[in-house]
Parts: sequence; C-alpha cells; structure tokens
Amino acid sequence: MLLLSVVFFATPLGLLLAFSFAGPTGVTLDNFAEFFGDPFNFKVLTNTMRLGFETVIGTTLLGIPIGLFYWHSGRRMRQVVVFLSLIPMLTSNVVRTFAWIVILSRQGPISQALLGLGLTGAPTSLLSTEFGLLLAMVQIDLPLIILPLVAILARTSRQLPEAAEVAGAGHWRILVTVLLPMMLPGLLAGWILVFASTSASYVTQAAIGGARNVYVPQLITRQVGVLFNWPLASAIAMVLLLSTGALLMALALISRHRRLVGHA
Amino acid sequence: MATQSGALLVDGLTHSYGGELAIQDVSFDIAPGEIVALLGPSGCGKSTVLRAIAGLIQPAQGQIMLAGKHLGGVAARERGIGMVFQNYALFPHLTVEENVAYPLACQHVPKAARKERVRELLALIQLDGFGRRLPRELSGGQQQRVAVARALAASPALLLLDEPFGALDRALRFDLQVEMLRLQKSVGITTLIVTHDQEEAQSLASRLVLMNKGHVEQIDTPSTVYDRPKTLFVNSFIGQANQLRATVVETKAESAVLKLDASGSSLTLARRLDYAVGVRIVLTCRPEQVSVHAAATATSLPARLIVSVPLGPTLVHDLELADGTQVRASQMRSGAAFVPSLGDQVHVTIDADHCHVFPVHSISPSELNKGAKL
Ligand SMILES: Nc1ncnc2c1ncn2[C@@H]1O[C@H](COP(=O)(O)OP(=O)(O)O)[C@@H](O)[C@H]1O
Ligand SMILES: [Mg+2]
Repeated sequence: MLLLSVVFFATPLGLLLAFSFAGPTGVTLDNFAEFFGDPFNFKVLTNTMRLGFETVIGTTLLGIPIGLFYWHSGRRMRQVVVFLSLIPMLTSNVVRTFAWIVILSRQGPISQALLGLGLTGAPTSLLSTEFGLLLAMVQIDLPLIILPLVAILARTSRQLPEAAEVAGAGHWRILVTVLLPMMLPGLLAGWILVFASTSASYVTQAAIGGARNVYVPQLITRQVGVLFNWPLASAIAMVLLLSTGALLMALALISRHRRLVGHA
Repeated sequence: MATQSGALLVDGLTHSYGGELAIQDVSFDIAPGEIVALLGPSGCGKSTVLRAIAGLIQPAQGQIMLAGKHLGGVAARERGIGMVFQNYALFPHLTVEENVAYPLACQHVPKAARKERVRELLALIQLDGFGRRLPRELSGGQQQRVAVARALAASPALLLLDEPFGALDRALRFDLQVEMLRLQKSVGITTLIVTHDQEEAQSLASRLVLMNKGHVEQIDTPSTVYDRPKTLFVNSFIGQANQLRATVVETKAESAVLKLDASGSSLTLARRLDYAVGVRIVLTCRPEQVSVHAAATATSLPARLIVSVPLGPTLVHDLELADGTQVRASQMRSGAAFVPSLGDQVHVTIDADHCHVFPVHSISPSELNKGAKL
C-alpha cells in the first residue's frame, strides 16, 4: 500500500515540483513569476476558487434538505434516498456533462420553460455562462455531499431531537441546535470532496463553461497541450494544489474540533 | 428549591405500532412527590407508556392528566415534563453546562438566571467544576447525573426516567440509586421510573406497576407484590418461584387438598381455595419456603440434589423431583441441621402456608421455559 502510494502518487508529485522550478539555466522561480505576472492568470485562479465555493454552497443548500428528508424517513424510504443519490455516480462524468449541454442549450427545457412562462422574450442559452456551469457542477457533485451526510445520520440516535423536544425546543431550534450540529461533520467531509472535485473537473468546465469562462485546469492543459511549456504548467498545477490544499487543510482542521470529534 | 406538586393519572392508555398492539388499557396513578416504578420484562411496552406521557407518541386511546390538566392536545414541548432517556441522549457537541441549560434556553430564561440555575443543579448532582466538559469526557455515572440535571433544569412537574441505570455496571448502580433517591427527595418531584430490574424497582419506588405484554398485571407496594402476587407472571417475575403442577382434590370452607403431579402425594392448604374439585392448578413457592431433609416425612417429596451454590449467607440447592420437575431451595448456611451433598437422594417439604395457587392456563410457553430453568 505504502509502496503503491510512493510509486503512483509521491513520485509524480515530486516530478511536478521539480519541473515547476526548472528553467533554461537551472533552478528558478521564473515560472511562478510568469504566472503571477499576468493578471489574467490570477483572475482564473480566483474564478476557480469561486466556482468551488459556489458549488459547495449549492450542494449544501440541496444536501441539507435531502439529509433531513433521509433523517425523517423510514427504513425503506432511506434506501430509496441512498439509491437515488448514487444513480448519478453510475453514469460517467462525460455523459452527464453532455446531458447538461442539452438541458442548458437554447432549445433545452430550461430555456423553453422560461420562454413559456414569459420570463424571457427570446430563447436564451445558459451554455458558456458561469451560472449554467454551476447548475451542472452542483448536480454532478451532489452525491459527494449526500453520502457522508447519510453515513452520519444513519448512525445518529433519534433520541437527541426527542430530548430537545421534551426540553421545550420548537422545530427551528431543534434544527439549528441539534440536527445541523449533528450533520456538521458529514457536511465538512462533503465540502472537502466537493471543493476538490469541482476545482479539478476539467471536462465539465471546458464543455459547459466554454471559452469565456476559463479555469485553472484549462490553463494547465493549454500550457501542456498547445504551448508545450511543461515547467509553467507544473508551476500552475503547484499553485492550484497549494491553494486548494490550504483550504482543504483548514476544513480538515475544523472537523477535528473537540466538539465535533466522536460525534454520534 | 421549591417543592413541586403534580399528580399523574394515566387512564386506559392503548397504543399500537403499525397494527401491532404494544400497550393495552394501561392505567395507574402517581401521588404528588411519589416515586413509582414501571416494571416488566424487555419489550413489554414500558418505554411506550413513558413516551406517551412525554408526548413523543400520540396514544390511540386513553387519557393522561398531570396536576389536574389533560395532556391530550398538549405538544411534548409544552408539557413541562423532564425526561431522562435510556442512553441519556446528552447533546454530544454541547458542554455539560450547555446541556443542563438547554431547557432554560428553550424557555428564554435570561442568561444570568440560567447561569445561576446551572450552578445550583451542578452542585445538586455533585459535578461542580465539570461544567466545561463534553459528555464524552465524563464517566457513565456522571453522564447519567448530567441527564438528570438537564431533566430537572426547568423545574418540571413530573420526572420520567427510562432505564436510567441500565447502562451502568452493577457495582455503580447501588450508589447511584441511593443518590437518585436523595435527589428526588430533595426536589420532591413526582417521579416515574421505568426498569426491567426488579431489585432496582424495589429499592427505589414506593409502588410498582407490573407490566407484561402490554398489560398492567398488578399495582402494589414492593412487599405486597412479593408476598401476595396477583398473577403467576408477577409471582415468577418478582423474586424466584418454583412451579408445581397439581389437581384440586378437595375444597372446604377453611382448607383445601391438592394432589401434586410430581409425587402423587397430597398437600393440605389451611385456607379457602376458589377452585372447583378436579381443576388443574399451578402451585408456586419461594426457594426459602422449600426445606431439604435427609429422612422422609408424611408431606415430603423425594428429590435428587443436582447442584448447590453458596450465595452470601445462604446455600441454594437445585433439586429434581421424581417426574423431572426442577425445584430450587435455599437454606441459611449457618446452623443448618442437614447439608446434603451432590447426587444425594433427599426429601423436600413445602411450606404450604406461603404457597400461591394459579390456574394452569395462566402459564405461557415463555414462562414455562422460565420455570424449567429454575
Ligand atoms: N417505533 C416502533 N415501531 C414499531 N414497534 C415498536 C416501536 N417501538 C417499540 N415497538 C414495539 O413495541 C413493543 C414495546 O416496546 P417498548 O415500549 O420499547 O418496550 P420496553 O420499553 O418495555 O422494552 C415491543 O414489542 C417493540 O418491538
Ligand atoms: Mg424500553
């Protein structure tokens, strides 16, 4: 196991690190300077982070009600919820992305519905918009937040909200003081997964975001595939790795807070 | 702390889960400040009764009155009842202080008053200085006391406890039971405690409500339940009871004669028996009412000693009668006239004055097994 992770994970990462410092005359910081020297690149980095945050928020807003529905369901219904949330994972990311292209297009159901309701005057396409991309990302990443949530809720005692009820708490107080804190460790795990997945989902970003919405993975591909600038591509990859890594580390640290450890 | 008063009246409570009857026509009452134990084997519906009183389930039928008020349409959160759950149900992400303050926060008690009340309660359960800990940083016994403090925080009219000692080891239980009694007396709150442990019920409660398969079988003081059980179930659930099959052969105004299946010998009871001649009955007696002798007498039954176990001051003998019926006898170890050894053929006599007689149909298969194990 350890050997495998050394061979297939640590070695490429080491190569990446080495490449990012490589210049024509030896070790240099030029690649990083070049990346940050271009304001466009910096904007792409912040866009990528923002897309990650927005997807996390979107999946959370959908995941919490689904989690609550799971919590209040009987055993049979719980199985249905788990199954339905797993279905998207059974189809490939590429297939789902192309399905979303159809849905978001000018002739797609969203456009037609808006038109039918009289909300828009002419057919509008959500393709090549950040909002359209966000919709697709939220749907694609939703299982990543639902599964850890369901895992936590499945082994949480129903007595906790009952104890709150007997103590005099109303529905909202039970939600805020008992159910959400119970869900928090699952949410944190989900946020880590969703954020990591979103900031690296090249296919969806490229196909739905289009040329107007560029994210870091596309930047890297362009350097490698079009300009053959491996050192700069490596430097960009390192920047992406460090910025998402720092965020994920922060989330992981939060989930080790004493109030959250050994929950449920 | 002010003494609270609130009588509880439960009348005709019936509830079923998905068509399966869990409790049927359960009725009992608790006087203000009294401790009553709801006692019965696991699965007999005790928690269901408790949950109906707390308002966590809506019973199909029956009435619950607390301090003269019908609880029928009252939501759980408005009933003013404190409850200790089976595994305490402390909020794992809240500290001891925050857990105890929870009911007060629900009632929008001002911060300062809340703090004062929490301090007072932690002193009451002797956990001052533990306020900042999380529940998982406490021992089982301490968690239990925190759960009790949380249940008492909002000065409820009634305290419900669901198997509060069930998760604790035996050695700790007695101390905590004494502690619980002290606490209950000092607060003076009407208390209903659910347990399947008869010793626990006897040591805590002034009256026992005995339940079996969703019914109430008997409501009496612990000693009455032990000495004058109304049903065969109560007789064998509270303490141990030997069961012997017999037939009524003669009934008179002040006496009755039974013929025991085990030996064919007869036994005379010096009291009136409300059974017709020829009826098959079950005769029960406690182990301490069975004595073991070396020589046969007119009323003795032959038996073989299978095993003897010293239990504190007593010696407990398991014996087998001629027809295979198992009988348990206990005798004091000190000053015993006759101590049999294993495999011995001995003679047992039964103290007829303390025997109980029940109709045969009151034996269910599970109780038969229980009897066989004796
Ligand atoms: N939520 C429930 N759904 C279905 N059946 C239940 C439920 N709770 C309890 N029961 C059944 O009702 C009966 C009584 O349960 P309970 O009141 O918990 O018993 P006790 O507390 O005496 O062990 C049992 O047969 C149990 O299986
Ligand atoms: Mg129970």
